[in-house]
Amino acid sequence: MTAEKKDAQEKVIDVIHLSKTFGTNVVLRDINLSVRPGDVTCIIGSSGSGKSTLLRCINLLETPTTGEVLFHGKDITKGHMDAASYRAKVGMVFQSFNLFNNMNVLKNCMIGQMCVMKKTEEEAKKQAMFFLEKVGMAPFINAKPRQLSGGQKQRVAIARALSMNPEVLLFDEPTSALDPQMVGEVLEVMRNLAKEGLTMLVVTHEMAFARDVSSHVVFMADGVIEEEGSPEQIFINPEKERTREFLSRFRKG
Amino acid sequence: MPEANDFWGWIGFILSHYGSSFLRGAGSTMLISLVGTAIGCLIGFIVGIIQTIPVSKNDNMAKRILMPIVKFILSAYVEIFRGTPMMAQAMFIYYGSMLMFKINMSMWFAAFFIVSVNTGAYMAETMRGGIISVDPGQVEGAKAIGMTHFQTMLYVVLPQAIRNIMPQIGNNLIINIKDTSVLNVIGTVELYFTTKTVAGNYYTYFQAFTIAMVIYFIMTFACSRILRVMEKKMDGPESYDLATTDTLAYTSGMADFPHLAKDKEDQS
Repeated sequence: MTAEKKDAQEKVIDVIHLSKTFGTNVVLRDINLSVRPGDVTCIIGSSGSGKSTLLRCINLLETPTTGEVLFHGKDITKGHMDAASYRAKVGMVFQSFNLFNNMNVLKNCMIGQMCVMKKTEEEAKKQAMFFLEKVGMAPFINAKPRQLSGGQKQRVAIARALSMNPEVLLFDEPTSALDPQMVGEVLEVMRNLAKEGLTMLVVTHEMAFARDVSSHVVFMADGVIEEEGSPEQIFINPEKERTREFLSRFRKG
Repeated sequence: MPEANDFWGWIGFILSHYGSSFLRGAGSTMLISLVGTAIGCLIGFIVGIIQTIPVSKNDNMAKRILMPIVKFILSAYVEIFRGTPMMAQAMFIYYGSMLMFKINMSMWFAAFFIVSVNTGAYMAETMRGGIISVDPGQVEGAKAIGMTHFQTMLYVVLPQAIRNIMPQIGNNLIINIKDTSVLNVIGTVELYFTTKTVAGNYYTYFQAFTIAMVIYFIMTFACSRILRVMEKKMDGPESYDLATTDTLAYTSGMADFPHLAKDKEDQS
């Protein structure tokens, strides 16, 4: 086994030269990014810089125009792996929650386990309850999504994603649709997950979270990765002018 | 026999002599509409679901060639049966099948068949609308936990789509109850046919059709109310119970605290 190949297998997700265009509109340009087990990677940047599109490409909700997305060294964009079974291993939490409106909280966390992982109802329930307990939503198992607040919905969505035992969990601006108090409760859950060693890739506007929790910070602007590094590097000694400019508003505040 | 201008007298007369005919006619009308609407919904669901199957560039050749053909045939079906009157369709199918294929349809089969394919054409469009109306985020949520297209449709999209089109299904049922009256042109003995026959016997059109109107209204109104109740049931309860205790911990009934009860007694 060559050194290069071994390196590729250590990475859970490896994005190589990825670009994405919508018509003539270039959204992502030559993105290279890798995620290793236990990493908490935060992607920051202004709106429209392509952060969410990158995350959606990684989960194949968008098809990359060129480039590769390797999952344990296998390119998933070329059909080496069925999209559905890949997504079962890479969870995603959305800005708009996307809980199933026709099911209650418990069923939301069980349905994927039962029809994708083929678990029995009993096993699925046990697993779902374990994670609902973790995010503090166990008392609400009988509620329908429309009966919950935004923060509660997002915590259920996190529990739903965790119930699938994902190797990596992708967060697409999980707190952007929430009021400040609810932001707190969701970030608290995410902090705990990070502490437990869950591999996370988080697109966020919560700079304090990115600074304190992440092991790696990626700053994106205009569809390219402008700068990346440890939180100290990015937040205290940013090299690029654009990074400094973007963070100046945050540091003053 | 009542006087010629004795309205209520004639109503009573018709009811006492032909009451059972009216009931049988109403029963036939109801049966044809219910079965026709049910089968029509089934046809509509299937057509609507097929029409919303996405075809992308990455799919295999067979699917990319076959799907447009199937979709074309289905939309031709929808447009033709939506765009022509059911009365004309009834004549066309009933006499056409006799002449072209030597099939002598029974009255019942013809009635069920015509109402079903007609309703199916309308329901196909309704179902398509219902599927489109489900928030795309629901599909993304399902895909993100690894569901296939089929599973996503079955567990997430269709239950919500069907809930959303329930009012339209009710609409179709009510329209069918009334529109089965056109089947009298192929000799289906339903409520309208019965009323016409009864009215013709004594030239009591006004009185007979007053009765028919009342019966039609009772049937449609009852159906609309029943469907409303069904919708409520599909929505589930307005509130929910908090599961504040471990449901497995208290399997032997409620805990009893005699000392607390005694304290209460002392206080009072």
